Amino acid sequence: MTVFYILMMFIIIGAIIAVETKDLLSSVICIGAIGFGASLMFLFLRAPDIAITQIVVEVLGLIILIRATISRDLTFITGDREFFGMVVSVVIILVIFLAGIEVFETLPEFGTPVFTQVPEAASRTYVSEGMEKTGASNLVTSILLDFRGYDTLGEATVLFTSIIGATVIMREKSRKMLQE
Amino acid sequence: MKGMTVIVKTISSWVKVLIFLFGIYIILFGHLTPGGGFAGGVIIASSYVLLLLAFGREFAEKNLSLPLASTLDCTGALLFIAVALAGLCYGGACFFWNFLQQNYLAGKQNAFELVSAGTIPISNIAIGLKVGSSLFLVILVLSIYGKNSSNTRDTNNKE
Repeated sequence: MTVFYILMMFIIIGAIIAVETKDLLSSVICIGAIGFGASLMFLFLRAPDIAITQIVVEVLGLIILIRATISRDLTFITGDREFFGMVVSVVIILVIFLAGIEVFETLPEFGTPVFTQVPEAASRTYVSEGMEKTGASNLVTSILLDFRGYDTLGEATVLFTSIIGATVIMREKSRKMLQE
Repeated sequence: MKGMTVIVKTISSWVKVLIFLFGIYIILFGHLTPGGGFAGGVIIASSYVLLLLAFGREFAEKNLSLPLASTLDCTGALLFIAVALAGLCYGGACFFWNFLQQNYLAGKQNAFELVSAGTIPISNIAIGLKVGSSLFLVILVLSIYGKNSSNTRDTNNKE
């Protein structure tokens, strides 16, 4: 449980810094740190698919936000690349590469689903009883709209919210209000 | 002259109907064949985006205006939640309970037929409405407001 408290304190401190700092770029980087902390919390809560989604969305949002802020907030880093930094980055890339090779060796063979090797996987129930329980001959639809309807509801909510956000950000009134 | 050339306009005026019908087919047969609400909604939205690209923004807006698209979007979302809440009311006492299948169609052998699978086709139609109109809305909103804001920015620069 102490891990959660440490991560929560990290997220709260990051949020306070992101609100209080004057520099836009460092505020965006703080928001990225908050997102990665949240994804670590999801990972410790044994929800790896949500953690993956969190990381992907966080990286995309970070790229978009940095792309948006870097033209307004001119922060240039000048000077030559130091030898120590280059060595550290090469070592980190090597470590990640070797860890990736280890992970790929433990993966099952291509074309064999994971649930054939795990006896208690939930997918076995979906595949064997999905037809009788939902009556839909397309198993993917029966999983999306019946067994996991909450997932689809969440995705629909995300789409709805994104359109509201796009309309609010892009409309002309907010620009005029900003100019005044 | 708004939009692209005559060749593109002629071809797209033939093709748009086929794309729209294909999207409806994907949505309606989502519980039998690969596809479903999301894929069919994206196909329907792409037929309107084809209109928007070929004939210009005004023509596409005349076909599916911005208030109508947002009404369809909200209708799809409300229909999906209504289906889920109906499962809560009828019998099962559980959110997203497939009440049509479990209460009325349980013993019948109607797999691979169009009327089967209970609430799944209704949810598919709701999701298709929602995804199609909302994806079209995003592109319409970006094209309308992006153009206006670039004009104001230009005038500001001139001043």
